Amino acid sequence: MTDRAVAVVRAGALTTVQDRGRHGHAHLGVPRSGALDLPAAALVNRLVGNAPDAAVLETTLNGCAVRPRCDVDVAVGGAPCTVTVDGRPVPWSAPVRVPAGAVLDVGAAVSGVRSYVAFAGGVAVEPVLGSRSTDLLSGLGPAPLADGNVLPLGDPVAARARADVAPQPGPPRELVLRVTLGPRHDWFTDAALRTLTTRAYLVSSASNRIGLRTDGPPLQRAVDGELPSEGMVLGAVQVPPDGRPVVFLADHPTTGGYPVIAVVREPDLAAAAQATPGTPVRFVAVRRR
Amino acid sequence: MRALPVGEQALLVELESGAEAQALHAELLRRRAAGSLSVREIVPAARTVLLDGLDDPARLAAQLPAWDVAPLSARAEDVIELPVRYDGPDLADVAELWGVEEQEVGRIHAAAEFRVAFCGFAPGFGYLTGLPERYEVPRRATPRTAVPAGAVALAGPYTGVYHRSSPGGWQLIGTTDAVLWDHARVPAALLAPGARVRFVPEGTR
Repeated sequence: MTDRAVAVVRAGALTTVQDRGRHGHAHLGVPRSGALDLPAAALVNRLVGNAPDAAVLETTLNGCAVRPRCDVDVAVGGAPCTVTVDGRPVPWSAPVRVPAGAVLDVGAAVSGVRSYVAFAGGVAVEPVLGSRSTDLLSGLGPAPLADGNVLPLGDPVAARARADVAPQPGPPRELVLRVTLGPRHDWFTDAALRTLTTRAYLVSSASNRIGLRTDGPPLQRAVDGELPSEGMVLGAVQVPPDGRPVVFLADHPTTGGYPVIAVVREPDLAAAAQATPGTPVRFVAVRRR
Repeated sequence: MRALPVGEQALLVELESGAEAQALHAELLRRRAAGSLSVREIVPAARTVLLDGLDDPARLAAQLPAWDVAPLSARAEDVIELPVRYDGPDLADVAELWGVEEQEVGRIHAAAEFRVAFCGFAPGFGYLTGLPERYEVPRRATPRTAVPAGAVALAGPYTGVYHRSSPGGWQLIGTTDAVLWDHARVPAALLAPGARVRFVPEGTR
């Protein structure tokens, strides 16, 4: 068969289809979703000549393997990993032609968490509310990949990209997240604000696409009681009752009832997507521009 | 009204009451439709409205207090009617909380005109206000592990409809066959914030 599709040989721990997300529906309770490391997803798309919003695969820690049913250009980026075609090593972060029937294996992340796999033409699953992204909070979009799944590919729209290789930032040894305080920093003690912006936290293994969870000194509230549910933004640093800050990532709920002490600047969230459990986290307060 | 900056592109506008939040939400939708407000997401909630994706949040924050926000107006022609059977397992408990006979619960509920104050919890799950304050009920002490799809339920000042089976602590008073969410339909959500809703007991339409 030579139809434009790829069969999933090894789905990996958690591999999802992601594009730039499902915008404009937050008022209906629909999370934005989309690739957690957007610059990495855009870069692998560029390497195969796709538009930046084409859907790619996002792997988690141990990669995945697929068998294209047609000759197709692919590029793997994001978390660095070994990439092979029928067992032979091929470059990471560069366009690679995979022949029909060969197995593209995206290995375990050498560092970082999430690798991105772009196919020329993009993954062409049916969009839901304008996006092909898997949303793990509300279950919209395609289910996470399972062995044996077949994913349709779109038609390539451009000539093969000229770039042979593209530099990508390495995953962070220390995650520095610039934050602006508020909107609910007044629900916390002055000591808690100092703790947040001066003490070290560690990325918790309970992190996922919904939020980057942290371990570290708990933040004390100055105001007891419940906050009526309110709208949440990407990068919101929400503080649940255990006092450990959680940074909201793409699949975050659109509303929430725990106070948001600060908000991470959006450009810093790509690094948060690649921070492995145990990575030190520093929250650095910056002024609003 | 307080406008709190949220990150660098958003504002959280906090109001004195849910009714004020709904009125501001309606005003924001009018201004966006008229092209005088550019914003990516307008997310109403219990007493706030979040505006995300603003070019200049500080400027809007400075302008907001001078806005003339009209109170909510009733426009009967826009009412969405949801067929309902008042057959929920918590009818007796709700009747006791309200101090009425069990069969009165449905009559009181169906007599109210509701408005979708906001959505959340799951795509298309609306928090409907409209019951008089004396009919507020607490959540159940022990949440159910599975509330059936179509359950019409009460919690605090809100009525909600579970459009798919999920855990939940709301008091179940009835069942509807209305399809509240279908992502292949346009619009996907039957109930969007601001929509007016009535519950119509089956057999009385």
